[in-house]
Amino acid sequence: MTSRRGGGRSVEDEGSATAEAGPDSPSRSVESGGVEPDERDDPDEVTFGWSGLRAGFVTCAPVALGVAGYGVAFGVLADRAGLTLAEATLMSAVVLAGASQIIAVELWADPIPAATIVLAVFAVNLRYSLMGAALRPWFRKLSPGRVYGSLFFVADENWALTMRDLTSGSGRGAFLLGSGLAMWLFWVASTAVGVAVGDVVDDPARFGLDYALVAVFVALAIELWDGSSSLVPWAVALGTALLTAQLFSGQWHVLAGGGAAAVVEVVRGE
Amino acid sequence: MAVATYLTKVGGLWLLSRVEVGDRVRAGLEVLPGAIVVAVLGPRLAEGGPPEWAAAAVVAVVARRTGNILLSLAVGVGAVVAFRAALPSVE
Repeated sequence: MTSRRGGGRSVEDEGSATAEAGPDSPSRSVESGGVEPDERDDPDEVTFGWSGLRAGFVTCAPVALGVAGYGVAFGVLADRAGLTLAEATLMSAVVLAGASQIIAVELWADPIPAATIVLAVFAVNLRYSLMGAALRPWFRKLSPGRVYGSLFFVADENWALTMRDLTSGSGRGAFLLGSGLAMWLFWVASTAVGVAVGDVVDDPARFGLDYALVAVFVALAIELWDGSSSLVPWAVALGTALLTAQLFSGQWHVLAGGGAAAVVEVVRGE
Repeated sequence: MAVATYLTKVGGLWLLSRVEVGDRVRAGLEVLPGAIVVAVLGPRLAEGGPPEWAAAAVVAVVARRTGNILLSLAVGVGAVVAFRAALPSVE
């Protein structure tokens, strides 16, 4: 795992960090000084400031531009489902979860089947719990307000970019928020565009925009690969995900694959 | 809908900050990022066809050589458009 590699680095850094609680860190780095025995695997400094926010925004903006292709697609679907411009953009602004929104407008009817939609949305988005959990080594050092504010902006793409940034040891706690704001801006704006243009844009696949998520995740997988120690959990995740995707629609396969790999790793122990 | 989504986004981390985490659970959590990435990718690639697989291979090479996610994204999107035009897709 990449975080294990990062852990090796942080052991060396810890000496200087504990000596003077971080030279140039405005962070609220609680628990410094390795209170817990497992502290050594964690990054020792996590900051939450403008540099991280800006880095997240700048890094994610081009990706968010790609995601805007989905946003337009969602807007078009919402338009066809009978949502108004205000309703569709409001949904994008407060939900910010593409797949679940598309499923929701597919289920949209008159009267609105609220319970069904909420359950479907919950199931589709349950994978975000795992993504949020993966952020814990860094986010445990931040204040609850910052953590729970940032988590609102979790989406697949910016979570991926954030994990990449944090596992590299940058310690930029605001990266998720910055990248999330980029996602949010493009997502809401492109939703409005989608509703407005209606059926003018017929097929985002023609421009390859439907492939943006796959491309990002392939690149990320290459980055996260940590040699033979990744082999068993990844194989378990892949097998479980493929099987689950065959059996259930929606995004259950993400939850099942990630969960199975984690369980196998726990059972295997160290 | 917004509430359900937000709950899923904060739920995992909230739970973790309230229970003690041992070494084994830690190890389990450490494999999560890679495992989630694989779990997202696997079925997506499986439902694609030769154009998507070929583009994924191109992305993998670019990502390995450069480590640049944005470049990988751009190359991947370009490659899939080209391969879709050139290769038959499996329906």
